[in-house]
Amino acid sequence: MSDAPNVDLELDLKGLLCPMPMVKVSQSIKDVPVGGIIRAVATDAGAMADIPAWAKSTGHEVVSALKEGSEFVFLVKRVK
Amino acid sequence: MSDQETKKKLSMVVMSGDMDKLFGAFIIANGAAAMGQDVTMFFTFWGLRALKKDVSTGTTLFGKMLGVMYGGDISKSNPSRFSFLGMGRWMFKKMMGNHNVSSLVELRDLAVTLGVKLYPCQMSMDVMEIPAETFIDGVQDPVGVGFFIGEADESGTTLFI
Repeated sequence: MSDAPNVDLELDLKGLLCPMPMVKVSQSIKDVPVGGIIRAVATDAGAMADIPAWAKSTGHEVVSALKEGSEFVFLVKRVK
Repeated sequence: MSDQETKKKLSMVVMSGDMDKLFGAFIIANGAAAMGQDVTMFFTFWGLRALKKDVSTGTTLFGKMLGVMYGGDISKSNPSRFSFLGMGRWMFKKMMGNHNVSSLVELRDLAVTLGVKLYPCQMSMDVMEIPAETFIDGVQDPVGVGFFIGEADESGTTLFI
């Protein structure tokens, strides 16, 4: 239980297609403090590849990326 | 912060005014901008339509004919295949709407919002008689090939669409 990070911002990306899930995450990362966590829920399967690639390029961290039914749930941490 | 690092850069020539190719161009541009890259798009020939408002253009007879036959803004672009005199555009718009893909207008305006630099080609504007006043807000001043090569020279990725 204590491992579950506090979520600073919830993002509903359901129904959005490429490139919007990644764009929304990149726009919202500034809205959480450094070290803060965004929980984003998408339905675009491509986001499973795109959001980790975005994090790698921009220096942020994908804490977890899980498929839950037809949804993809990301925990993204603002690193800098 | 890593502001001291050289920012990655993507530059693109957009020669096509086809709906599908403009989708590709703007999706790539927005994706790269979201990933923190500087993005330069150089619009030439048919690609100029992507920057236009829905107004008529042309000063000479041929220019006006071109304005009539190839008039309108980005939302009037036709797919490169299965155009069927506008039917294809309607069909693809329906399909994309059903799948919740953003429209071309939305993607282009998002590019401006994300800081993508949109440059029109001066030479194409002169030849096609499309003046800068017919462009949407947020378009940069017209440039030539020298400028684009300079941008491409600084870019890790260069695309021609």
